Amino acid sequence: MNDWLLVASMALVTFSIRYALLAFSGRISLSPSLVRALGYVPPVVLTAIVVPAVVFPDGETLGLGWQNARLVGAIAAVALALWRKNLLLTIAGGMATFWGWQWLVS
Amino acid sequence: MATASDFSIRSPRQEVLAGARDIIPLVVGAIPFGIIFGTLAQGSGLSFGATLGMSAFVFAGSSQFIALGLLAAGSTLPLIVLTTVVVNLRHMLYAASLLPYVQGASQRWKAVIGFFLTDEAFAIAIRRYQQPDLSPHKHWYYLGAAGAMYLNWIFCTWLGLTVGQLIPNAAAWGLDFAMVATFIGMVAPYATTRPMVGAIAVAGLVAVLANGLPHKLGLMVAAIAGVTAGYWLETRLMQRVKG
Repeated sequence: MNDWLLVASMALVTFSIRYALLAFSGRISLSPSLVRALGYVPPVVLTAIVVPAVVFPDGETLGLGWQNARLVGAIAAVALALWRKNLLLTIAGGMATFWGWQWLVS
Repeated sequence: MATASDFSIRSPRQEVLAGARDIIPLVVGAIPFGIIFGTLAQGSGLSFGATLGMSAFVFAGSSQFIALGLLAAGSTLPLIVLTTVVVNLRHMLYAASLLPYVQGASQRWKAVIGFFLTDEAFAIAIRRYQQPDLSPHKHWYYLGAAGAMYLNWIFCTWLGLTVGQLIPNAAAWGLDFAMVATFIGMVAPYATTRPMVGAIAVAGLVAVLANGLPHKLGLMVAAIAGVTAGYWLETRLMQRVKG
C-alpha cells in the first residue's frame, strides 16, 4: 500500500467530517430546540470520554476497587471540582492523588 | 479570576496565548500518546515521512492508532479509510456545537477551525465561546489552544520515531490522567441544573455499557443518549413550569 495515498485519504475524510457543517453554517438555520440540545454536548462528550478512561484502567476490564488508582484520583478530582470550582486545583489535586495512590498500591 | 469585561479588550495575540496556556494540561496528557504512536509506527510498516505526515495532516489520535493496527494486520486502504470515517464521526458533533459561534466567521476561519477540531481543542475552546463577552477575537483563542496541541502532537510523534525505543514505557507514566482530571474540572461547573446532571449521569452510564463497541462508537452512543436525556428532562421541566 502506498503510504502517502493512505495519509492523503485519511486526511481528506477527517477534514471533510470536521469541516462540512462549519462550511455550510451560513445556510443551516439553527432552530431554538436544536440550540437547546447542542448545549448539552460539551459536558456530555467530556463525561463519555472520562468515565470509561477511569473505570476501565486497561481499556477492557471494569475496575471498581480500591486498587484502581484512576478511580481514586477521579473521585478526588470530582470532590475538589464540586468543592472549589477551581480548574487548576482540580487538576493538581487529582493528579497528586492518582500518582500517590498508584505508588501506594504498587 | 478574570471577569467577562476583561476578555473583551484582549488582543488576538493575548487570545492566542490564553488559549495555548489553558490547554497545557491536555497537551501534557497527550505527550505519551504521541510518543507511543511514533514508536509503534516504526513496527507497522509506515514510513518515517508518512508517520509524521499522518500526525501533521490527519491530526486525529485515535484514528491514527487504529490505522497503524489495521496496517500491521494487512488491511486494505478502503477499509482503513472507512474506519477513519467512523472513528472521527464524533468531530461532526463538535462542529454542530460550534455552529452558533462560527456563523459570522470567514470561510478561511471555518477551514482552520475544522482542520484542528479535536476532542481537546473543542473542550477548551467551547468554554471561551460560551463566555458572554462579545470579543471578536475568540477564534484566535481557539487557534492558540489547537495550535499548541498540534505542535505538541507532531513533536511527540517525531520523538517516538527517533528516540522512542529509548524512552521507557511512556504509557506507564500516568500523564494521560491529566486529561481525566481536566475534563472532570470542566464538567463540574455545568452540573448545576437537574436536566444537566441527568444528561451527565446518562452519558457516563451509557459510555460504560457501550465500552465494548469498536471504533469509539461507544462515545457517540453515550453522547447522543446523554443529549437526548438532558433535552427530554428540560422539556418536561418547562412543561411543568407552564402547566
